[in-house]
Amino acid sequence: MRRFELVTPASLDDCLRALKGRGADVKVLAGGTDLIAQLKVGMVKLTTVIDLSGVAQLRVLDGDAQRGFRIGAAVTARMLEQEARVRAALPSLSESGALVGSIQIRNLATLGGNICNAAPSADMAPPLIALDAEAVIASAGGRRTVPMASFFKGVRQTVLAPDELLVEFVVPPTGPRSGGAYLRHTPRRELDIAVVGVASQVTLADGICRKARIALAAVAPVPVRATAAEQALEGQPLTPQAITRAADLAVESARPISDQRGSAEYRRHLVRVLTRRTLALALERATS
Amino acid sequence: MAKQVLSFTVNGEHVEVLVQPYVTLLDALREDVGLTGPKEGCGTGDCGACSVHLDGKLVASCLVLAMQARGRSVTTIEGLAGDGVLTPLQDAFVRRGVAQCGFCIPGVVMAAAALLAENAKPSEQDIRYAIAGNLCRCTGYTKMVEAIAEVAGTAAGARAVGMKG
Repeated sequence: MRRFELVTPASLDDCLRALKGRGADVKVLAGGTDLIAQLKVGMVKLTTVIDLSGVAQLRVLDGDAQRGFRIGAAVTARMLEQEARVRAALPSLSESGALVGSIQIRNLATLGGNICNAAPSADMAPPLIALDAEAVIASAGGRRTVPMASFFKGVRQTVLAPDELLVEFVVPPTGPRSGGAYLRHTPRRELDIAVVGVASQVTLADGICRKARIALAAVAPVPVRATAAEQALEGQPLTPQAITRAADLAVESARPISDQRGSAEYRRHLVRVLTRRTLALALERATS
Repeated sequence: MAKQVLSFTVNGEHVEVLVQPYVTLLDALREDVGLTGPKEGCGTGDCGACSVHLDGKLVASCLVLAMQARGRSVTTIEGLAGDGVLTPLQDAFVRRGVAQCGFCIPGVVMAAAALLAENAKPSEQDIRYAIAGNLCRCTGYTKMVEAIAEVAGTAAGARAVGMKG
């Protein structure tokens, strides 16, 4: 690995001070499963790495379905996979965490890292978007909050300035009659990258869909919402016909490319299938 | 660039070594602590040969900076057997001839030990899921699964015992 200086702050304030005035040659290190691998192959070149492992504030995990959640940026994928409260109240996020890498990876990989790495295929991004989550961002100058739906700016690009740190995610209460699901397609079951990933979240009242959110991964430079499909569902009963129509509409929100993982046409097909399946699963969970 | 003092616990013993800030935990364990059980396969977290326990959690030590282990506890394959007596898991791997070339085995055993610590009665599916991050290119997965199931005393282990004597 190329040489770099390592800074090891023991608190959030220390970390923000270390970031103050720094540029793109400095990055924070959370789980390292992306950054260390990128440093090893020379994809990223840094003069300074700021290790977040001493910053306990980033590992907060608090909440439930009634109050909503605060999830620290350094909460690991394995915690999201295993934590009972997350599995019960935020199944889509828990499912996406369980799909990241292997257990060796998931014990290191963090939610914030998966988001800040900003790969179009990031598994944990669609559930956060479908849950209307917000990112809490801090710098030495203060704090700001950005909806996850507008956090990504391009392939590996986010709204974060070099001196800013993603601190935590705020997930609003889902309520009692809400359900969500995340599914992805990969050729291999483990240690693979999504060809397409879809998260859906539906909230019901009196048998009618009051709110629908559908977010797609790996079909555009950034994770995208399928807003036309969402709008077609809201105010309607979630019949199989309504779900099939929404799945067809979701395809129109996808702008996939063809690459080694799949053709654009295949990805559009997967969007339709996975949207249908996640909506059916979300509906089942909302009513159970 | 100045080396830093890495003070941590390795296999139950306090250890201090001087490491460069850009060195991985895997390299520090192998080069500075002298524990060559964890192996470097891919170096990018895909193969699991470098698996160790960090504060009891299975991790790919090739993706952890050595200094990130400061003040923490690391267990390697060398730390499993106390007083030279193999654990039942290691014993089952030896008796069943699980190792072919052997390069992946330390990582597999650490993955299996982490599984059994969390789930004493794993199903065959649980076992396969738990070692999914460990690649074996001799393709000896069947015997691995049987050995782990035998130690757990589950149906897959009993079936294997019945079939293979």
